[in-house]
Amino acid sequence: MTLDILYFAWLRERIGLPKERVETDASSVADLVDQLRAREERYAAAFADLSALRVAVDQELMDFDASLSGAREVAFFPPMTGG
Amino acid sequence: MDIRVQSAPFAAGALLDDFAAGRRDVGAVVSFTGIVRDDGGLRHMEIEHYPGMTERAIAGIAEEAVRRWELADVLVLHRHGQLRPGEPIMMVATAAGHRAAAFEAADFLMDYLKSRAPFWKKEVTVDGGDWVAAKASDEDALDRW
Repeated sequence: MTLDILYFAWLRERIGLPKERVETDASSVADLVDQLRAREERYAAAFADLSALRVAVDQELMDFDASLSGAREVAFFPPMTGG
Repeated sequence: MDIRVQSAPFAAGALLDDFAAGRRDVGAVVSFTGIVRDDGGLRHMEIEHYPGMTERAIAGIAEEAVRRWELADVLVLHRHGQLRPGEPIMMVATAAGHRAAAFEAADFLMDYLKSRAPFWKKEVTVDGGDWVAAKASDEDALDRW
């Protein structure tokens, strides 16, 4: 499947792009993270500590064990700091 | 329900007047305005957001507030982009029959906006930029609801 992956805040800066389109067979967010980590050191570094990150699948906050079945957009970011 | 995500500045007083104008069904309007605070050397604040999800997440939080309290109306405005110290960054307003509901709902909205709406703040000083880290106390604040 083809997924749009978005990165925000320091994660975007660490990976060096705000968005990319990937072809993947990952069944869960955790699988996708493993595939991204295996790509390059900057991904491995960015995803080193998942407790410091949040994920949204199709713009809904999810856990890292969430399924990617039918998903189109996955976003990774640090904990929000609005207000 | 009025949800706004914008880069443009806003005048909290004028918005609040409009929000309260013409209402005969409410006895209480509560509002909160967040201001960019300079704790020393802040040049500006950079607010990043997730277009699309931000509006959805705020609408979800506002709908939850309407489910929990008897509210006549809710306003949430949050800015993004580059903001200078002293500028208003966000605003919440609630209108209800009685003040307890208006205060509690506004407090609830603020707690949830802080850690469930996709905004990230970067403080830019003469020394460079630092992303503001989320506080454990912000997450703990959700438990009381």
